Order: sequence, then C-alpha cells, then structure tokens
Amino acid sequence: MSVIPAEYGLVLATTLFVLGLISLLIRRNIIFMLISVEIMLNAAGLAFIVASARWEQPDGQVMFLFILTMAAAEVSVGLALILQIYHQIKTLNSDEASKMKG
Amino acid sequence: MLIIFYIASFVAVIATILVITQHNLVHALLYLVVSFLAVAMVFYVLGAPFIAALEVIIYAGAIIVLLIFVIMMLNLRQESVAQEKQWLNLQIIVGPVVLAIILGAELLYMLSFEPTSGLEGNVIGAKAVGLSLYGPYVIGVELSGILLMAGIVGAYHLGRQKKKVTHRFLETQEE
Repeated sequence: MSVIPAEYGLVLATTLFVLGLISLLIRRNIIFMLISVEIMLNAAGLAFIVASARWEQPDGQVMFLFILTMAAAEVSVGLALILQIYHQIKTLNSDEASKMKG
Repeated sequence: MLIIFYIASFVAVIATILVITQHNLVHALLYLVVSFLAVAMVFYVLGAPFIAALEVIIYAGAIIVLLIFVIMMLNLRQESVAQEKQWLNLQIIVGPVVLAIILGAELLYMLSFEPTSGLEGNVIGAKAVGLSLYGPYVIGVELSGILLMAGIVGAYHLGRQKKKVTHRFLETQEE
C-alpha cells in the first residue's frame, strides 16, 4: 500500500475528468474541445497510476503508456482535422460546422 | 508525502479550472502546461517516476508544442500584430509562473530534504514497467506501433493542402 491513500488519488482523477467534461460541453472553440479531451485522457491515466500504486503492480503504468500513445495519435489527427476545418469555414466555432456539404 | 500530494493536486485542479475559463488559447496553454507538470508531480509522489518523466516529456513537451504550432498556423490574420503585443504582456504569465514556482519549490523540497522517502519500496521504476511492457503486453506495443503509423498517415493525408496555382500576392484577394 502506498503512502497516499488510493481514495485521494481517485478523487483528484475524478475532479480533473469532470472539469475536462464540463469544458468539453460548454466550449464551442474546437481547439478548446481538443484540449478538454486531453485533460480527460490525462485524468483517466491518473486513475490507472493510482491503481498501479495501490496494488504495487506495473500494469497500470503500462496502460498509461498506451493511453499516452493514443493521446499523441489522437491530437495529431485532430489538429490536422482542425486545420482543414479552418481552411474550409474560416472559423473555429464548432457550431458553424454543423452542416454536411457546407 | 501527503502534504506534497495535497499541494500538487491543488495546483493541478486550480490550473485546470483556469484552463477551462480562459478566453485566449495561448493563456490556456500556459495553464495547461502547469496542470500537466502538477499531475507529473502527483505521479512522482505516487511512486511512478518513469511515468512522471514521460508525462513531462510527451504531454507537457510534445503535445503542447503541437498545439502551439497549430495555433501559430491559424493566426495569420491582420489582428495578429495587436494580438502579439497583447500576448507579450507580462501580467498574463504571472499566474502560471506562481503555480510553477509552487511546484518547483515542492520538487526542491523533495529532492533536498526527503531524497529517499519517495523511493521506499513501493516505487515501481522503469525496469519493472519495461519488463511488463515487453513481457505480457508485447502485443499492445505492436498495436501501439500500428496506431501511431495510422496516426502519421492520417495526419499527413488530412493536413495536405491543395496545390494553389495563383500567385502568392493574389491569394489575399482570393480569401
């Protein structure tokens, strides 16, 4: 058992995840929405690390590595999509991109 | 150790709240870096120094740089000069710097006064992670490689611009 109780770490992870979720729901800027997804992925990884420290097994850290890989691939593809959207509709407001064939 | 965990998590939550309440993207990114650094500190306290280093290198390094590049590519409009002047204002970096100084003081305290307390027994270092990663999880490593390859190809395909035939000086009129 780690010196830090697992509940505290999970509370921190939940708080960060909920903050990211709130930001994702209230924001209309696409880059801010991508940042919110990053915050949520980071919080999910924190929950894995807390579990890894609780049971003193390296599996949680391995899962964090996979989350890290997925976040890196996701942000690169997402930013390429943002560039394309910006060249098409000349704004970063996601409500403007609500129509297909726009 | 518990008080260091409390302070680092407090800094992480404050920085994240400031990220989601900012209107300017670059200001939000400054706070996002501090948030990632605080989470890296939490990882270190939880006994995962390798993951803490990776968090700093990849999240606070590579992903933030990627976001900053895209923001710089998008802000090529007329108001960019005024924006640049506004971004160089020293007041906006006070908040991130204060939070980062708190984290730096924590790190100095841990390294100088309690150099061994974070390394007692319950630390899972890079060796254990590597043995697990290339032992039972080796198929996951290969799938990560495939995922990154797909990410590279997808980003290249999506980010490719159509070749413009007009002259550079005529493009401003076209837009």
